[in-house]
Amino acid sequence: MTDLTSLTIAEARDRLAAKDFTALELTDAYLAAIDAANGALNAYVATTPDQARQMASASDKRRAGGTAGVLEGIPLGVKDLFATEGVHTQAGSHILDGFKPRYESTVTANLWADGAVMLGKLNMDEFAMGSSNETSFYGPVVNPWRARGSNMDLVPGGSSGGSAAAVAAHLCAGATATDTGGSIRQPAAFTGTVGIKPTYGRCSRWGIAAFASSLDQAGPIARDVRDAAILLKSMASVDEKDTTSVDRPVPDYEAALGGSVKGMTIGIPAEYRMDGMPDEIETLWQQGIAWLKDAGAEIRPISLPHTKYALPAYYIVAPAEASSNLARYDGVKYGLRVPGKDIAEMYENTRAEGFGAEVKRRVMIGTYVLSAGYYDAYYLRAQKVRTLIKRDFETVFDDGVDAILTPATPSAAFGIGDQDMAADPVKMYLNDIFTVTVNMAGLPGIAVPAGLDEKGLPLGLQLIGKPFQEETLFRTAHIIEQAAGRFVPDKWW
Amino acid sequence: MSVDTATVKRVAKLARIRVSDAEAAHLEGELNAILGFVEQLSEVDIEGVEPMTSVTEMAMKKRQDAVTDGGKAADITANAPNSEDNFFLVPKVVE
Repeated sequence: MTDLTSLTIAEARDRLAAKDFTALELTDAYLAAIDAANGALNAYVATTPDQARQMASASDKRRAGGTAGVLEGIPLGVKDLFATEGVHTQAGSHILDGFKPRYESTVTANLWADGAVMLGKLNMDEFAMGSSNETSFYGPVVNPWRARGSNMDLVPGGSSGGSAAAVAAHLCAGATATDTGGSIRQPAAFTGTVGIKPTYGRCSRWGIAAFASSLDQAGPIARDVRDAAILLKSMASVDEKDTTSVDRPVPDYEAALGGSVKGMTIGIPAEYRMDGMPDEIETLWQQGIAWLKDAGAEIRPISLPHTKYALPAYYIVAPAEASSNLARYDGVKYGLRVPGKDIAEMYENTRAEGFGAEVKRRVMIGTYVLSAGYYDAYYLRAQKVRTLIKRDFETVFDDGVDAILTPATPSAAFGIGDQDMAADPVKMYLNDIFTVTVNMAGLPGIAVPAGLDEKGLPLGLQLIGKPFQEETLFRTAHIIEQAAGRFVPDKWW
Repeated sequence: MSVDTATVKRVAKLARIRVSDAEAAHLEGELNAILGFVEQLSEVDIEGVEPMTSVTEMAMKKRQDAVTDGGKAADITANAPNSEDNFFLVPKVVE
């Protein structure tokens, strides 16, 4: 019998339907794989084996009763940012110590309603603030990929580093993730997996710990484009409980796969060619262009003139929203409390001990840019620049561009504890330079593996689409995937 | 624009995060690096540009003005570090 954990969601779905094995057998295979690997990779911060087996057994009963859902019996991992009822939900932070919500996030509730099985909660950067998964209170996640001939531990990217590593190492069939500035697409690119951030409003944010509410979106990380399409279909919904959840039906994304890109116009933005970008990123980009051209797409050079201002504007808007959202962690309602001589000192002590360095930095930047006298100079200006960034995209889409092709990241995965990045927070922020524009404009973006660098590490390409045109992204990413092939790390753990 | 140690301490107070003198000095450098980075936004011509208030064109959804949820005091206080009879307990605020 083949290793059950090597199956994609689509393959497992078909074989479960054919009664080749049960959901319980599949779940047990994953639980054993997690037990064997998590000491080395640190992808899971909590596993829920009893609950997983119960959910799998219930799934087998439903299937026997003829009421199988679209994800019936598929074992998934859940980013620790999603509220899961009665289960560890701490957003990778010390300040949420012991928090077990009495409610379930809409996205995870949708997955369980479709028959999926929860394996546990996945590691992440604290409150999704980071690009390397090193800001987690639970320690860094180790990328299952290593450079050829090296045993140096690499980061899986972040903030959804646990999700990406678990999917790449086959410790779950697929995972939920979230993306505020690149937190789905950058780790997907670093681990040879597929990640899509849908259009703002496509997935409900209800029950997801808020980082920057105008930018946060949930999406899946999966082994291939088809699995990502299957997962997004289930995760996305119209939700009364989130006023920014969009009121339009969720399409059958999987049905978009296999469609032609003939006659489509793919834009290539000049501004994404950065100074100092490694040659292999440029080569990969040119390869992607060639694949889409061969498939019949028209390639058109375009300009998105405000691209370079997206990251600085993001580092005003996102911390501003975070400083407000994270005000709720005060030692009163949940999690950690550190005593003080009065209530103000209790707040200050709790937040000093409960938040890590990166979260403190961002809350303080946000507090500063929103404070009296600085609001217009920073926050208002950044929101105006954001309008210009969005307008750049609208202009090229109005001119007939259907999707935009860019590199996903400016480099492959880097080492854990990288000295340059530790010394300068802005260096770490530059990881999101190609992805953050998409959040600022609320657009959908997908990262798809496109090749390996000279050290044998995965590199990804990004496709950016028009609002709610995720189907175009899946169809086009599928073409790239078929040309590039799939990439699986050699097991060393 | 840049911050000095006194500003860092004032901002920390506003953010309700205790910061020691040593941390304040360290944060001063880090915050100034970030503020230096975002400074490039001053190059952008924003004359006549509206600030973004919603990234997708949508009207705010409204619901009926009726009670649709509630009666969950025990659930809400369940995770509190200190609670009694469904009330959150905090250090004395009023003498």
